[in-house]
Amino acid sequence: MEFLISLYQALPVWIQILLKIVAIVAPLMVLVAYYTYAERKVIGYMQVRLGPNRVGPKGWLQPIADAVKLMFKEILIPTGADRTLFLIAPLLSIGPALAAWAVFPFDAGVVLADINAGLLYILALTSLGVYGVIIAGWASNSKYAFLGAIRSSAQIVSYEIAMGFAIVGVLIAAGSLNLGQIVRAQEGGFLHWFWLPLLPLFVIYFISGVAETNRAPFDVAEGESEIVAGFHVDYSGMAFAVFFLGEYANMILVSALTALMFLGGWLSPFQGTFMEPWFDWVPGFVWLLAKTFVFMFFYLWFRATFPRYRYDQIMRLGWKVFIPITIVWIVVVGAMQVYDIGWWFDQGGS
Amino acid sequence: MQKVLHYIRSLFLLELWKGMSVTGRYLFRKKFTLNYPEQKAPVSPRFRGLHAQRRYPNGEERCIACKLCEAVCPANAITIEAEPREDGSRRTTRYDIDLFKCIFCGFCEESCPVDAIVETRVYEYHFEDSDKRANGHIMTKEKLLAMGDKYEAQIAADRAVQAKYR
Repeated sequence: MEFLISLYQALPVWIQILLKIVAIVAPLMVLVAYYTYAERKVIGYMQVRLGPNRVGPKGWLQPIADAVKLMFKEILIPTGADRTLFLIAPLLSIGPALAAWAVFPFDAGVVLADINAGLLYILALTSLGVYGVIIAGWASNSKYAFLGAIRSSAQIVSYEIAMGFAIVGVLIAAGSLNLGQIVRAQEGGFLHWFWLPLLPLFVIYFISGVAETNRAPFDVAEGESEIVAGFHVDYSGMAFAVFFLGEYANMILVSALTALMFLGGWLSPFQGTFMEPWFDWVPGFVWLLAKTFVFMFFYLWFRATFPRYRYDQIMRLGWKVFIPITIVWIVVVGAMQVYDIGWWFDQGGS
Repeated sequence: MQKVLHYIRSLFLLELWKGMSVTGRYLFRKKFTLNYPEQKAPVSPRFRGLHAQRRYPNGEERCIACKLCEAVCPANAITIEAEPREDGSRRTTRYDIDLFKCIFCGFCEESCPVDAIVETRVYEYHFEDSDKRANGHIMTKEKLLAMGDKYEAQIAADRAVQAKYR
């Protein structure tokens, strides 16, 4: 073990960073693969069917079979398409989804880049993801793809605002933009986490996250019943798979961020109670993973339950409901912070 | 007051939780899916699958070439040609059912005065492209009689169960 550590430290810095990146991205890709499997299973179960169960025991090899299939398919480029943009678009949609993990703390101190503007960085990167969708829709030179791109750009821009305001609430409460600092500000057990004082922002952040990732019931950009597959109609093979990876990586990111900002990240839920010593042996990232899985499951649950929103209803919800509520609650949080109301801001914070 | 209630309801997402509780409950329901090749759905004795021609216990074919099935067939799927055999009995020389035309209505079986043409429980069969050129989709007399010989026990049992309704 010590030999390995000294070997690691002897490596040049850029290789060290590369190794860290691989250590983040590789498990993430596996998680994405099995998230697609879980989605088909969970939605199947909710529709009283079994879902995939043929490839390997209980269908566990299904995502691998899917990946192999997509790899061997031809990547078609429509004649009227803008080749360069057409091929750049999938990269633009997956890049930010992976890059955002750079500032994500998986446990106390376990983070690739511990920068102070972490939250801002993540907000910026998740907004960049929409360019992938817009460029894909535009470069395909097809009316359905274009409609999908227009829909999704308008939708993502609207929900970005509510999302941004929800994040402002978090940073008022935590007094920091550093994600590690935000978690530490929630120290003190289940009732000290930000979900309680920021309940409306918590709900709005997660719903906006669902809208932001173009998932049901906000999946008008894909809208398979109206515009076939929206922005990625003309993509096939690996180009399509990359869009898929980006979408699912984004879903995992939003789930993980919700867990981090509102459910205390790697903190144990039993902190400060008599049960705390019983769970001391559980490493922090297990808690983080468990909390993330809850939200990832909610994504699937939403998709199995809700019909797609009508487009004007999406806009109404974003502009006339979410934004006013978040603004009001930012004022409330500010007042609570200034006048020291409530037990949740006792530790950490400003 | 109504308006306030409405606001409370929508802000606490009550309706949405109600919907999610339904799907949440279904998650744990017993699943209806049959794992097809391993498990199969039960088949009724009245099932109308692939056709067969039956024989009497002494090995004589039942069909007497009365052509009632050909006449009743709504899809014109049956073609019959008949001639007297050496022993003078009237028999078919050709009995073809075109499976592309057949709609599996079971009229041929109902019209048959001697229970010669029947539809069996067999529903797992196929024919391929090369068969099509070789007329694989045509159930000839030989094929029909072979089907009948193969499944006679099952066919007879099904007719016996259904006898009192006919």
